Amino acid sequence: MADKILKKLNIKVWRQNRASEKGKFETYTIENISTGSSFLEMLDILNNDLIEKGIDPIAFDHDCREGICGTCSLYINGRPHGPDTEITTCQLHMRKFKEGETIVIEPWRAKAFPVVKDLVVNRTAFDKILQAGGFISVNTGGVPDGNAIPVGYDDAEEAMDAAACIGCGACVAACKNSSAMLFVAAKVSHLAKLPQGKVEAKRRARNMIAKMDELGFGGCTNTGACEVECPKSISISNISRLNREYLVARFSE
Amino acid sequence: MSNLNSKIPEGPLAEKWSRHKSAIKVVSPANKRKLEVIVVGTGLGGASAAASLAELGYNVKAFCYQDSPRRAHSIAAQGGINAAKNYQNDNDSVFRLFYDTIKGGDYRAREANVYRLAEVSPNIIDQCVAQGVPFGREYGGTLANRSFGGVLVSRTFYARGQTGQQLLIGAYQAMNRQIAKGAVEIYSRHEMLDVVIIDGKARGIIARDLITGEIKRFGAHAVVVATGGYGNVFFLSTNAMGSNGSAAWQCYKKGAFMANPCYVQIHPTCIPVHGDQQSKLTLMSESLRNDGRVWVPKKKEDAEKLQRGEIKANDIPDEDRDFYLERRYPSYGNLVPRDVASRAAKERCDAGYGVNSEGKAVFLDFKYSIERLGKDVIEARYGNLFQMYEKITDVDPYKEPMMIYPAIHYSMGGTWVDYNLMTTVKGLYSIGEANFSDHGANRLGASALMQGLADGYFILPYTIGDYLADEIMTPKTDTSAPEFKEAEKSVKERIEKLYNIKGSKTVDYFHKKLGQIMWDHVGMSRNAEGLKEAIKMIRKLREDFWKDVKVPGEMDNLNPELEKAGRVADFFDIGELMAMDALDRNESCGGHFREESATDEGEAKRNDEKFTYVSCWEYQGEGKEPKLNKEELVFENVKLTQRSYK
Ligand SMILES: Cc1cc2nc3c(=O)[nH]c(=O)nc-3n(C[C@H](O)[C@H](O)[C@H](O)COP(=O)(O)OP(=O)(O)OC[C@H]3O[C@@H](n4cnc5c(N)ncnc54)[C@H](O)[C@@H]3O)c2cc1C
Ligand code: SF4
Ligand code: FES
Repeated sequence: MADKILKKLNIKVWRQNRASEKGKFETYTIENISTGSSFLEMLDILNNDLIEKGIDPIAFDHDCREGICGTCSLYINGRPHGPDTEITTCQLHMRKFKEGETIVIEPWRAKAFPVVKDLVVNRTAFDKILQAGGFISVNTGGVPDGNAIPVGYDDAEEAMDAAACIGCGACVAACKNSSAMLFVAAKVSHLAKLPQGKVEAKRRARNMIAKMDELGFGGCTNTGACEVECPKSISISNISRLNREYLVARFSE
Repeated sequence: MSNLNSKIPEGPLAEKWSRHKSAIKVVSPANKRKLEVIVVGTGLGGASAAASLAELGYNVKAFCYQDSPRRAHSIAAQGGINAAKNYQNDNDSVFRLFYDTIKGGDYRAREANVYRLAEVSPNIIDQCVAQGVPFGREYGGTLANRSFGGVLVSRTFYARGQTGQQLLIGAYQAMNRQIAKGAVEIYSRHEMLDVVIIDGKARGIIARDLITGEIKRFGAHAVVVATGGYGNVFFLSTNAMGSNGSAAWQCYKKGAFMANPCYVQIHPTCIPVHGDQQSKLTLMSESLRNDGRVWVPKKKEDAEKLQRGEIKANDIPDEDRDFYLERRYPSYGNLVPRDVASRAAKERCDAGYGVNSEGKAVFLDFKYSIERLGKDVIEARYGNLFQMYEKITDVDPYKEPMMIYPAIHYSMGGTWVDYNLMTTVKGLYSIGEANFSDHGANRLGASALMQGLADGYFILPYTIGDYLADEIMTPKTDTSAPEFKEAEKSVKERIEKLYNIKGSKTVDYFHKKLGQIMWDHVGMSRNAEGLKEAIKMIRKLREDFWKDVKVPGEMDNLNPELEKAGRVADFFDIGELMAMDALDRNESCGGHFREESATDEGEAKRNDEKFTYVSCWEYQGEGKEPKLNKEELVFENVKLTQRSYK
């Protein structure tokens, strides 16, 4: 519990200046990191060292640093969001690492998520999938009273479980096929679980899956790797639900 | 001569908004198609506005600095959103919500705006439900509520501890639907660096494409700034790392007044600072105060043992625990407003009763409610917050109390706007946390989400029409106009200037120093001497920054250090103005506590005779003292009393 100091760590990290340039691994050493520091704080410190030495700092995505915005993304020691469960990289703490350890950091690797620079990738494909149907078609105004649409406690809870997805992309990075199925399934389930969302459920599932395929994500072969690495514990059972919605959608065509 | 016209409609409070709506102009659908609106920011304010404006038929361009609009800082809001639904039958009403907000804001907000906010609040819940926001429910299927600080009714709607996330996703999905239709064009990873004004009207913005570094021009008939708050001026805050005040600051430099910059909120329940490697502070939702009891030891020797790590919280028996909020404020107890709770924590810690190694923490204990309600109930209510706490601190809050300490959280101050949410620049609007409008000197919990969505869904879409109705003959903005060239040139020059300093210290080095000055002198407790000192120190530090900062990388590539440098450069100016404003306001109100203005018991003392005004700062040019204009606040419906939560 009490914080200790890690005297020395080796950081082996993917460096790639632009999408159009080739990348490679570089290794840096870093000293005196408190085990109470977060992983990204460790990278901040490393970056300040690099800047002082005249080396371009490592670009990585982050914003909220509390596990909710879905911006942070690193693939650490072979695992999306690193060696802990149910958390994002920004919530990972240095107490999970050992003195003298070499930590390997890579960007998400997926055709649909091209590298922008170093560890930063482009995840606009996720936005595009949601634009294809991840919503309920209502305009502002002219809606019924909130309590006019009763939603059972359990349905609301299940919808919330699925809606907890932060759009980080770890599921894609974890999947050998780079499938976005867990992400898509989470949205389809969130909305299909609620009476408001049922109306368009079929069309939604169909359009989102078509978009996912079009954007270069792979197919799902049920390996379950996504569920293990998902920081929000989105359940793979959502994929079965999606498959059901999707089949219904196909048959009703 | 200032041009401060708040445009508050005539008539009785409860009728102002409906009268105003029927009096303002409306744009026909055919004409809406010809009009373009830029919305900068995709948080609750920006996303709801962009979606609603596009649904109405306007052509919208929306901007955010993150890689996706869904990641705006609103996503981090935990506890909930208020609305005067009175679903609990506990005698809540629009008037009560209005009154609580005015009182909570320590009588430093406009009655008319706050009343309107309370009036539209029920619509927000309906809208969000229709969009599929999975609010917490009762077993019967109706919406559930919880209580928040500073109020006696239960009117807060929530989606577990992720209310902001779910509301934002609702607004983001509504916006996505419009993106798919081509009605909203989305520019992610684009940072607004200037607003362009032609003939006195906002006509567009200059933005940097954060991936290519390209400086681009965007034209429109109106510009809406929804870029959030400036709490990161303190370096350590609960805001996201990229949250900034720069867009609002550029508007200020182009003539939009900055109102009440000294009003910032310090949130009482954050995870305390550890060591010196920390980059940000994590909030533990205020909702925890519903079921957690705040305490420190009664005996100083116990506190000292805790500080040395010799004993643990659970070693201290109940009779030796000082539940100081319950003691000092028996009627509100642990649910006093944030400013009161924060100052009380600081008071105990300054007196030597702090409970962590640095003596800067108090306990928030769930033992009692776990005993009363069972672990399952507490887990269902706060499971994700408890998990987050444990991941960060390695302490299990089901077994040991949490340690908390106040941290900078929200900025009540911001761009001055009139009743239509328009700034002092025509055609330039400010919504959400970026404006100053509704929270006075202190914001009540769960009211920022309400305000952001009220502005974006239900107010701006009406009021902007009043302005745009006169612009229907104005052709599309020509971005080759000299004003655009000029603005682009100055943006490029500033970037080159920063980049070419090639000094010896990192941006963070300066940001941390600035944060320390702000926290020490412009933080929870302020006095004239300290504020004057702070102004001097900020000016000196700013000089050093412009001589010695080192910005690595390339200008025409993704360059987070360059982005940060620009934001920190503006934070110096914002910090300076905050200190000036705090110096002017020699009274204590809400989050602004002047040591010179306190009661004998150490409670904040307002001075209504002298300070019942909004401070509106007007930019006078580089290096010149800004001018202070005052908007007098008139209270016709509530009586100003010294706030008491005793
Ligand atoms: C941890 C935390 C918990 C909170 N909990 C609650 C709560 O429970 N209830 C409540 O009511 N309130 C809460 N708040 C406050 C509330 O979340 C915020 O005040 C509110 O979400 C602000 O919304 P916004 O739309 O004004 O701005 P933000 O959500 O901050 O969005 C700002 C947007 O502007 C963009 N932007 C900023 N600068 C630029 C630029 N220069 N160029 C382009 N784009 C730019 C960003 O990309 C982003 O899209 C909480 C705040 C925090 C920090
Ligand atoms: S399903 Fe899980 S891993 Fe995939 S994007 Fe959502 S939160 Fe991330
Ligand atoms: S930075 Fe927001 S989830 Fe990690």
